[in-house]
Amino acid sequence: MTATTAPLIADNLTKTFRRKLRRREKVAGKSRRVSALSAVSLELRPGEIYGLLGPNGSGKSTLVRIVSTLLLPDEGCAAVFGRDVVREAIHVRRLVNRVSVEAAFFKKLSAAENLLYTARLYGMDAREAMPKARTFLGSIGFPMDRLHDSMEDLSRGQQQKVAIVRGLFTSPVLLLLDEPTTGLDPQSKREVDAFIRAVVEQHDATVLLTTHDMEEADRLCHRIGIMSDGKLVAEGTPAELKARVQTEEKPAPTLEDVFLALTGKSLADADKKEDE
Amino acid sequence: MRATIETARVAARPIHAFVGRSFSLTLRYWGWEVTWMFYSIAMVLAIGFLAVGVGQVSGQTVPTDKVLVYLLTGSLLWQYLAQLFWETSNVMSFERWEGTIEYTFMAPVSRVTYLLGMSAFSTLYSAVRLLLLVGVCLLVFHLRLTNANLWSAALILGISSFSLMGLGLMAASLPLIYTERGTQMTSVIEATLLMISGVYYPISVLPKWLQFFSQFSPMTYTLHGMRKAMLEGATVPQLWGDILPLTITAIVLVPLGLRVFAWTEAYCKRHGKLKRSG
Repeated sequence: MTATTAPLIADNLTKTFRRKLRRREKVAGKSRRVSALSAVSLELRPGEIYGLLGPNGSGKSTLVRIVSTLLLPDEGCAAVFGRDVVREAIHVRRLVNRVSVEAAFFKKLSAAENLLYTARLYGMDAREAMPKARTFLGSIGFPMDRLHDSMEDLSRGQQQKVAIVRGLFTSPVLLLLDEPTTGLDPQSKREVDAFIRAVVEQHDATVLLTTHDMEEADRLCHRIGIMSDGKLVAEGTPAELKARVQTEEKPAPTLEDVFLALTGKSLADADKKEDE
Repeated sequence: MRATIETARVAARPIHAFVGRSFSLTLRYWGWEVTWMFYSIAMVLAIGFLAVGVGQVSGQTVPTDKVLVYLLTGSLLWQYLAQLFWETSNVMSFERWEGTIEYTFMAPVSRVTYLLGMSAFSTLYSAVRLLLLVGVCLLVFHLRLTNANLWSAALILGISSFSLMGLGLMAASLPLIYTERGTQMTSVIEATLLMISGVYYPISVLPKWLQFFSQFSPMTYTLHGMRKAMLEGATVPQLWGDILPLTITAIVLVPLGLRVFAWTEAYCKRHGKLKRSG
């Protein structure tokens, strides 16, 4: 650990899970242990958007869960503004919030009721929190006439917008966005991207963004870390990463090219393999 | 002074969050609540009619009023305590079902606050249901509670609520570890309590080996004390033999329940079991 003011320092984080083996796998002598994170170290700088790029199962969400205090690492440590995520979990929870790909809500309750619940949970005064939530919802393109409809009656995109506001209106200084735009239409994606940028600029927050979307990462992120098989295989600004794989044949490589060159597989193929 | 009040208000907000959320959900699932209430009323009334019919079935003279109060006390108390236990122990199942468990667990709220908030709602909810059931029984059976000492009964009920909360907190760990089977496991605990605690019969009718387990159930003392208060008008000093074990179990079970829950949460965080898919 080098600095206590860093929004996030992960040092040698390692996590394995046990899984049930099928008979065929037992016979083949396969291990029950699956390595989700393998000695991952990274440091986020204040006010930056740091993107984690990688296929399904590369360890991105595991890293986010450890930082969110929802998972304990096997080895290594992580600290948010100098607070250890295991030993000082309650302090870390005041500093972070997370938006995940699954917009999990109490589905029978309305967006307003879900946000009110979150506000109280975070010790906020409902009279101050709810106007703030409305402002955020408005700026992200949420139709305000649906505010009091049950979550189950909202579209996936509308639910995800409420999830993003839920993650932001508690004023976290480190925001963990775990594939927040997956499944959104292009218009909604643009609104969410603009909102994330505005949050970083206006609210002095730092963002750790995991995504599959290479273009989104290129557009939004100040720096990018590429993950594959639980390892952080490369890190740098989008320009730096592209420069590493630039050749005469490919003078203007994309992040997809970077991923292919550094991991030996395309993101789409890696996703397919993991899903199998 | 003003600062102290403000600090208390801020600290109470998360408890307000849990109680408010559960209340809103209860209103949204009103159809289910009506059905469940109807079921509970039918169950309690069936036990009451059983008491009324005992004399006819046995062909002997039976003190119907006494049997009625005896069985209804058991039935109503069971409805209250089982509901309290169920509500407390199945908070986790509900959060898992909705997929909100990770969001709740990453909020800056201590588990004590979380569990107290949920237990507070469970107690309020169960108490309201109990009052409705008592009202229905008074109407249908024209109960005369001339001997009853309601203050003693209320004290017994209050103390036993804490004991059941402690048991409920321990049982709440099961749905946390066992995603699919946890809820059924809490039902097994509930059924065991029903069998050994003397809800519908004196525990003396149980085989000796089952009576051994009865002494460890707080509900045994709740039912015994409550019946003495309702049937014989026992005063608080006369109920000391039930109040003392109930107080001890409450003092032991609530912190133990919180501790067991903390252990379970740490286990789940080590093995990645907080995720909806387990």
